[in-house]
Amino acid sequence: MCVTCGCSSGADVRVEGDAGEHEHEHVLTDGSRVRHRHTADAGAHAHGHAHDHDHAQADAHRHSHAAYRNDAPAELVALEAALLDKNQRIAERNRGWFAGRGVVALNLMSSPGSGKTTLLVRTLRDLAGEFPMCVVEGDQETSADADRIRETGAPAIQINTGAGCHLEADMLERALQRLAPATGSLLFVENVGNLVCPSLFDLGERARVVVLSVTEGDDKPLKYPHMFRRADLMITTKMDLAPHVAFDVDRAERHARAVNPQIRCLRVSSTRGDGLDQWYGWLRALRTIATVPRTAAA
Amino acid sequence: MHELGITRNLVAIVGDAAQGRRVRRVWLEIGTRSALLPEAVRFCFDVVRQGTALEAAELEIVAVEDGWQCGACGTYAAAAAAGPAEPATACAQCGAMQWRRRSAEELNVKAMEVEPCA
Repeated sequence: MCVTCGCSSGADVRVEGDAGEHEHEHVLTDGSRVRHRHTADAGAHAHGHAHDHDHAQADAHRHSHAAYRNDAPAELVALEAALLDKNQRIAERNRGWFAGRGVVALNLMSSPGSGKTTLLVRTLRDLAGEFPMCVVEGDQETSADADRIRETGAPAIQINTGAGCHLEADMLERALQRLAPATGSLLFVENVGNLVCPSLFDLGERARVVVLSVTEGDDKPLKYPHMFRRADLMITTKMDLAPHVAFDVDRAERHARAVNPQIRCLRVSSTRGDGLDQWYGWLRALRTIATVPRTAAA
Repeated sequence: MHELGITRNLVAIVGDAAQGRRVRRVWLEIGTRSALLPEAVRFCFDVVRQGTALEAAELEIVAVEDGWQCGACGTYAAAAAAGPAEPATACAQCGAMQWRRRSAEELNVKAMEVEPCA
């Protein structure tokens, strides 16, 4: 996807019935034009890639690329660096921070409007007093969600990502310093509503929960496989609305298991209370496993 | 959108490793199951590299499929040997028997070509 114009482009964006070459032009903020031509060459492993950049500003040039195995470089330096290494290192640091304090962190992800905050508000009210709980809220703007959480009496911190579409490990690290969760607490991290980007970024969480509501499509696990493939639990919310919509819960869960056979599935209604006992059971089990002292477990 | 931040990481990692030398070319491995769009990375790269050691660098994106890859020459094992078990046969290309499992979730900066020291 282009950052400038938001268009989807290139060989890896698959459009039904479109297998061929295409071309498009971007106008950058400074007025210069960049023209790309893409050839869809599905299935090639190491492939040569040639493209033109036509700049309207006098310096039109053409360059092509050769696959690196055929090339004789001036000085080749092996790097073998993982692109997400920095995020991964901070995530591992967060994980150690949680382990040392017996804190269990959950990363909640979904589309906007699936009922994450409503589920959290209900959970915080129902389990209040059983063990300490706190929340980190991720949204592009406003502290509306953190305010809703704080009304339940649970500590909450809002992270505003601005233009960002997901939380990263360092944002959580900063939030933890402010929030200072109590030893043995359950920490809910409500990620930015988005079914794509958050799946790539480990925050140091113990488990990943993906929330899907019956007012969405039951084919979402197939449309957004990355998110469902990496989740430990899928919660179908708004079950009280199920009789009124075409959403087929069995079908949604079948699709989720197709992309991730290990995923657990629960069905809840945060307003009516259906299925919440199972959700709370899952939370208690997760917390018990995590807070068993090492000496006792050995 | 996440491609922009990741491309910034790419330029930072390579820029640090180049230690002031100009970078001519960068090889980036993107797994086909990594949720990263190569064309979006390419577009972001054109923007992010401005004013850095990678300003004139070309970006080579190598798609990584899942399966077994020869550790010596990089050739992929035939689809018939793409299961979870390591292929029992030698690489048809170079004869080596050193297979690496590729998960297709890789996001790695493989190498860079820099201008030689003056």
